[in-house]
Amino acid sequence: MTSRRMTGWQGEPVRFRFDGRDYEGVRGDTLASALLANGVRTVAASPALGRPRGIYAAWTEEPNALVRYGVEPMAQATTLDLAEGLDATSLRGRGRLSEEPDTGRYDAVYAHCDVLVVGAGPAGIAAATAAAETGARVIIADDRPIAGGSLPDTAETVGGVPGAEWAAATLAALDDRPDVRVLSRTSVFGYYDDNHLVAVERRGVDAYSRERVWRIRARRVVLATGAHERPIAFAGNDRPGVMLAASARAYVNRHGVLPGERAVVFTTNDSAYAAARDLAAAGVEIAAIVDTRETAGPAPDGAEVLAGHVVTAVGGEEGVTSVTVSASDREDRDDREIEADLLLVSGGWNPLVHLFSQAGGELRHDDGIGSFVPGSVRQAVEVAGAARGVFTLAGCLEDGAAAGARAAEAAGFRVESVFETPGTPAEEPAAPAGHLWLVPSADYGTHFVDLQRDVTVADVMKATGAGLRSVEHVKRYTTAGTAHDQGKLSGVLTSAVVGHALGLPLADLGTTTFRAPYVPVGFATLAGRDRGALHDPVRTTSLHEWHVVYGAPFENVGQWKRPWYYPRAGEDMEAAVLRECHAVRTAVGAMDASTLGKIDVQGPDAAEFLDRIYTNMMSTLKVGAIRYGVMCRPDGMVFDDGTVIRLADDRFLVTTTTGNAAAVLDWMEEWLQTEWPQLRVYCTSVTEHWATVALAGPGSRDVLAGLAPGLAVDAASFPFMTWRDTEVAGLAARVCRISFSGELAYEINVNAWDGLALWEAVMGTGVVTPYGTETMHVLRAEKGYPIVGQDTDGTVTPADLGMDWVVSKKKPDFIGKRSFARADTSRPDRKHLVGLLPADAGRLLPEGAHLVETSTLPEPPVPTLGHVTSSYRSAVLDSTFALALVSGGRDRMGEVLYVPLGDEQVPVTVTSHILYDPEGARRDG
Amino acid sequence: MLLIPCPWCGPRDEAEFHYGGQAHVAYPENPAALSDEEWARYLFFRDNPKGRFAERWNHTAGCRRWFNAVRNTATNEIEAREVTA
Ligand SMILES: [Zn+2]
Repeated sequence: MTSRRMTGWQGEPVRFRFDGRDYEGVRGDTLASALLANGVRTVAASPALGRPRGIYAAWTEEPNALVRYGVEPMAQATTLDLAEGLDATSLRGRGRLSEEPDTGRYDAVYAHCDVLVVGAGPAGIAAATAAAETGARVIIADDRPIAGGSLPDTAETVGGVPGAEWAAATLAALDDRPDVRVLSRTSVFGYYDDNHLVAVERRGVDAYSRERVWRIRARRVVLATGAHERPIAFAGNDRPGVMLAASARAYVNRHGVLPGERAVVFTTNDSAYAAARDLAAAGVEIAAIVDTRETAGPAPDGAEVLAGHVVTAVGGEEGVTSVTVSASDREDRDDREIEADLLLVSGGWNPLVHLFSQAGGELRHDDGIGSFVPGSVRQAVEVAGAARGVFTLAGCLEDGAAAGARAAEAAGFRVESVFETPGTPAEEPAAPAGHLWLVPSADYGTHFVDLQRDVTVADVMKATGAGLRSVEHVKRYTTAGTAHDQGKLSGVLTSAVVGHALGLPLADLGTTTFRAPYVPVGFATLAGRDRGALHDPVRTTSLHEWHVVYGAPFENVGQWKRPWYYPRAGEDMEAAVLRECHAVRTAVGAMDASTLGKIDVQGPDAAEFLDRIYTNMMSTLKVGAIRYGVMCRPDGMVFDDGTVIRLADDRFLVTTTTGNAAAVLDWMEEWLQTEWPQLRVYCTSVTEHWATVALAGPGSRDVLAGLAPGLAVDAASFPFMTWRDTEVAGLAARVCRISFSGELAYEINVNAWDGLALWEAVMGTGVVTPYGTETMHVLRAEKGYPIVGQDTDGTVTPADLGMDWVVSKKKPDFIGKRSFARADTSRPDRKHLVGLLPADAGRLLPEGAHLVETSTLPEPPVPTLGHVTSSYRSAVLDSTFALALVSGGRDRMGEVLYVPLGDEQVPVTVTSHILYDPEGARRDG
Repeated sequence: MLLIPCPWCGPRDEAEFHYGGQAHVAYPENPAALSDEEWARYLFFRDNPKGRFAERWNHTAGCRRWFNAVRNTATNEIEAREVTA
């Protein structure tokens, strides 16, 4: 393999593999520059057509050279640092996620500044310096490993030194200032409301965290994002060896790599001449410059300039071997084939307006450069340099300095001295650029518009031929601009081709919407530390360690970890739950109920407040007593339920379902603040102040009596739905006589830090069986107690649940009352909560299963009567059973309905939702 | 990510807030006196303008206070705010 590295180019050797072959590059290479240095031309096969493709650009705009390595499923060879031992393969077809987890560490940083400068090219560095001079806090972010924007590509000088050196020194001086932060290898990829910008910093595999996401809030932003050279659509413009002219120049000046031996340059403007000169100086033979303009620029030494010509064909299946050129728009077309292995293309320059557009800025078509430039914008943003169509080095420096000063001033800083821009070599004024987007042809089948999506001019014309006139529609029809590169090169070209097809000016068509992210960002990067155990906060009770030691698997309830069941040796879940249920129904069990939401509601108007919030009356509750209550939304649908304990005339303790505690507190505060500010009521979450142990079963009274010798536990002294403050196991405790199982039961509340001592004392009696949430669910379901959010779904009224009794007829109003008088809430075919007993007592119905009326399914659509909301095996019923919401369910008692499961119609009998102890005989033990 | 000016805490990230929908939709004085249609309008009907819109915000992860703000739904500019909701 011939080396294409320029003679005398120094660099520490780096060995790497590509598609299974060993190569050597130098430190500072990208994978792309190293491949070019090794003469590798074909680096990919196009995804749809399988055509061979080569390296086309030199940075994030690269459409072709996608590779995968390690766990990285898709990376651009043009941005991938060459590292020792890199083993990359070209991506043929679609990317595939790695099967291996990404073990890298990723972080996030939040930052604020007065002026954020995006891009450290000449304009960005000048802007940051000018802003920093005023004392403003400045962040300057640049996505490349070496700052300077295009300076390292063009090898221009600034202030008499090579541009890259000037950039590095100026940035180093900026970084020394206490109020300036320089972020290199940092791509700003999203611009959101109120100057919130998000960037990804690529720190490398050796850094503590491989990548960091920066979330930056800036008073003012300066976008100095530069410009992309744009391609031209012509026949065979996708062949390996076709490359953007400025990218080829970058490979020469930045990496010392000659991308070919003999080049044809195809251009509409002067910038490609400079590229040609640099390539010629480096040793590439320039065979011809094909300029679409009639008045061509000055030729580099020895090169033939063909003014008013275009490229009409490219020879070479596996890579450019020849270029056919022809005089454009002339009757006497004289096609001429020129031997070459490299075809450089420059169709002019597109300012990088992506972030500006994301900021909500409007774009304006500029006839001079034939592309879109920033127009008006609401956000506090300036655009400087090539990003707004300023294409000379001196112009960029001046424009940047002015923008930086303006931004600092707008952020409230005084500009005391004018930042003097360093000198640059004199530049010839550029001749007006020509505008050519596509070379006219009879066959547009290989005029590629989007190389990554394999979209040709023919495809775009098919879309316009089908009647599509909007570039947004054409994008979706053809997929042009939807690849990893987000149409960086193809976007404006697509618009221009649509314009050509419809005979409309580009200015009228505009561009498709620019969206974040500007560059691909890994999900692992965005997730940062919020993965695995840190994905969401985990809440555990003060008894948690005991549950762990006793082998309970945990159920997630909101963020809480609740013990699910306590399997004994050899038991599966079903056996453990049946045993635990049996223990509670026949002896005594204990459950950790600490996760129930608890809200302290106090103030002179607390009773009035609760009367308005709950459907039932709470103001009549006596101190020392407890009442079950239901809350509805104004639409009359059940929102939450729980118990209310009256602690004093002006003080209540409200319990909520575990998952709804925060929502209920928010709900209460909303009504207090927004509708009833005159009520003197204060709500405080006390969920985590208490540990709660539920003691349930006919033996619970004896256990409690043993632990609380000072407490009169007989039914007359301590009736159902009352509470007592006492000592339990020597701990200050509040004992509530409430039941969620239908059995005689108590809830013992102690300070959270006493929770474990209480639990161990309960277990120390030797007669209490610990039970988990699954047993709790079975026991409550046997009694027909609904779980809000499981047996209800926001379309269920108290009446639907068979709980008319919980809706006050006396109160003049409460939240939801008016809705119970709506026609809809009294329809007879509303879904009611009912019980279901399968004909086969061993058949466990899946929750969510639908119910139908007939034993054979009619033709679809099959009307559903409702669905199963809870389903369990019951020890005490000696059968499986279910709760379900069934249309007109209360009028269907004894009816047989069917649950379609696969090919089966499983028969079930409708029963009351209260399947066990309907008389409530067990509550007093 | 909006920067929302909480009247109590100053400008804070949108992520700290909960959105509360259209402002100035008061709970009716006497719901029992309303027709089904009037009640349904209170329950279910809200404006959805392009442009200025008075809406409620709650600084959930901050001071937990409700306030109203006028936001331009087309530009996300917050033009005014009131302390009492
Ligand atoms: Zn606040």
